[in-house]
Amino acid sequence: MAPSIVVIGAGPAGLRAAETLVDAGLRPTVIDEAPASGGQIYRRPPAAIRRDPKQLYGFEADKATAQHRAFDRLKDKIDHWSKASVWSVAARTLNVATEAGLKELGWDCLILATGAMDRVIPFDGWTLPGVFTLGGAQVALKYQACAVGGRPVFVGTGPLLYLVAYQYAAAGVDVRAVLDTAPPAAKWRAMPGLARGGRTFLKGLSYVLRLHMRGIALASGVRPIAAVPGPHGSVSGLIWRDARGRERRTDCDAVATGFGLRSETQLADLCGLSFAFDALQRQWLPIQDADGRADVEGVYLAGDGAAIKGADAAEISGARAAHALLYDLGRTGSAEQIERLNRRLARFEPFRRSLEAEAFPFPSDLAVDAADDLMVCRCEAVTAGELRRSVRVLGATEINRAKAFTRLGMGRCQGRVCGAAAAEILADSLGVPLETVGRLRGQAPVKPLPMGAFLDGAA
Amino acid sequence: MTRADVTIIGGGLVGCSAALHLRRRGASVVLLERRRCGSQASGVNYGGVRQQGRHLAELPLARRSRRIWSDLVTLVGTDCEFAVTGHLKLARSEAEMAELEAYAEQARALGLRLELIGSVRIRERFPWLGDAVQGGSFCAEDGHANPRLVAPAFAGAAIAAGAEIREGVEVRQASHDGDGFELRLSDGATVRAPHLINAAGAWGTTVSAWFGEPVPEEVMAPNMCVTDPIPYFLIPNLGVCGGDIYVRQIERGNVVFGGGVGVADRARITARPLAGVTAEAARRALALVPRLASAQIIRTWSGIEGVMPDGLPVIGPSETTPGLIHAFGFSGHGFQLGPGVGAVLADLVLDGTTETPIAPFGVARFSEQEASRQETGPTANAHAWQSDNGRLLSIP
Repeated sequence: MAPSIVVIGAGPAGLRAAETLVDAGLRPTVIDEAPASGGQIYRRPPAAIRRDPKQLYGFEADKATAQHRAFDRLKDKIDHWSKASVWSVAARTLNVATEAGLKELGWDCLILATGAMDRVIPFDGWTLPGVFTLGGAQVALKYQACAVGGRPVFVGTGPLLYLVAYQYAAAGVDVRAVLDTAPPAAKWRAMPGLARGGRTFLKGLSYVLRLHMRGIALASGVRPIAAVPGPHGSVSGLIWRDARGRERRTDCDAVATGFGLRSETQLADLCGLSFAFDALQRQWLPIQDADGRADVEGVYLAGDGAAIKGADAAEISGARAAHALLYDLGRTGSAEQIERLNRRLARFEPFRRSLEAEAFPFPSDLAVDAADDLMVCRCEAVTAGELRRSVRVLGATEINRAKAFTRLGMGRCQGRVCGAAAAEILADSLGVPLETVGRLRGQAPVKPLPMGAFLDGAA
Repeated sequence: MTRADVTIIGGGLVGCSAALHLRRRGASVVLLERRRCGSQASGVNYGGVRQQGRHLAELPLARRSRRIWSDLVTLVGTDCEFAVTGHLKLARSEAEMAELEAYAEQARALGLRLELIGSVRIRERFPWLGDAVQGGSFCAEDGHANPRLVAPAFAGAAIAAGAEIREGVEVRQASHDGDGFELRLSDGATVRAPHLINAAGAWGTTVSAWFGEPVPEEVMAPNMCVTDPIPYFLIPNLGVCGGDIYVRQIERGNVVFGGGVGVADRARITARPLAGVTAEAARRALALVPRLASAQIIRTWSGIEGVMPDGLPVIGPSETTPGLIHAFGFSGHGFQLGPGVGAVLADLVLDGTTETPIAPFGVARFSEQEASRQETGPTANAHAWQSDNGRLLSIP
């Protein structure tokens, strides 16, 4: 009997993994939360909202269209579970929440292509209505052709900051400012490494230039101080400090914020994979060998869910994971493919390193300087002060102990939103390196699961 | 080498409470915990603080413990989110209602007052109950607390009172050389003491075996779930006859429920819930409280608990080694008892006896001579008892 092969995620990595498996004559199941393939970056709008790909994806239009077509070609050769969310994994069984109810799916081989989400740092007012993550703001635009506001401010750091701001500007939205926490000199220092990104680098540069040409205020070396509410309670302005230390206020009706990306690793955790601390990404990531194999038999890792390397690299690591799987099944020809793909992947390294470490460094100090009354974990309403108290008074020495004492990361998102900042705050309170603080353990369900789904006959 | 009057193996609620009670009575104490205080059964359980439904043999101990629960703020400086909400044990058939009635009468003789509520009145009082409910028994004194806070709070208070608590240190071997106990630790240190308390929880039998009295202790992993916050309506802690589901809501809105068991690995010290068990528990919770259909499960978890074949803990002096006292194998209902057990252990060490009846929990019941004619404590007409974690416990 053919092995049951499941690819989780239908973004760039999942697509290329599935395609490679199909080319080898296998029939994988592809599970994805979205109604259609594309992942976050090439997310497709619902059929009713027809927009020109150029307008939707900008420079990425050709790539997006090619990926969508490639996935559509697989239609009859894979089992595509769309609008489906894997909520638990056990040895050889996946538990999946689908529109048709809860299902179980057996697996022999699993390719995790679970993607990434924004890395968030809380600042005063970050939970106000009208404050979104960069990714959230982008989803609204790409998927529903909606803007999160008519006069948004973009604040944070990372390539996505400029990309989303540009997409909003191109869609005719009155972008009030793009505020980058990275110091102005950082990008110049990073230039040699960034230049090795080739086309990707040039695209990034062009977003910045086009924003500038539209007369949109761009600033580097800033610090967000507070999103402030208007008379109706939603955000009406952002107070920030410029590179020279002056306090400024920009009026707006929405704030989009994010500080780079973090890998979505909950399923890797539930699979029982081992993790190691990645100093560049400042995150614990599942361990993989040189070809994308995890340390649990039959599990493979691909794309930004394994480590943040961007969409182009995700396509390659997706194909590579599939070839590693084929190799392990005894198929010939995959060893050469893996070698070829690994050579291509290696070229991304200097660029990624310059991006993460030099051009858009994660502003740990912003998290560390959080005022005691600032809410860090919004699901469970845990403040920075309570976190510090869990160290000082209750003797927490790592993040899961702080979780037990304060409920940090016990809520709906299980720390996906607050975990990065909380770890920085705890490391600072304890006076230890970030990795010593440890990693929030993930628990099923990966995303909230409606109790009603368990009712007999529920669908 | 460290010397103390008493050394305790295990930083669960029992060990931490014993440390505090011993210090308060002047004994010097060293407690050894392999991980962190309250990491296993004490920290990951459901959080029920319940006397109702316990084996009658446990009731005097539970009564004593309940008095300590009332006094937490004075004793450990925090209430550990202990809420006296009452505990409502539900019957889903006439036979079960008869069981509740019989229990209420027996419990009254031991000082626990239970209010029986028939099928009509129970709906007036708790209109959110599902159709299957036929009646119930309400214990106003019971409630629930946050298990993650309790053992660490006792540990903190014990340290403040002068106890030495070493976390992250494993006891490799303990022996008695005729003069006292000597413990060799994973960090190379040694501890000597004339008294040793075995509060090693699910690993209690490992310690008792060092002294020639292994017991048939198994392990289980209660399958726990919690929902996102919904409006606060489910005031009492809910249980059922048979114990296959238990539900409580905390004031901030989250609903905690459990039922059934996940997977426990005693050797690797890991436990995890099972999706199928979560699904079954969710269905049972919905049958009991249909309104929960609007909530979402946001997290499931588990931990390792020690379980004895008769569902009763091992509490009391060793049969083989003078100075050794056992307190482990709480079989899923040690959380409410923990504070009281610590006080009893202090009595046993310092007075050689305790006024709380603990004879039914003696380790001797597992020795071969005893095994054939085992009878634990006062009997009731029911044969199954609900543990804090809902496991069905059969009494021989």
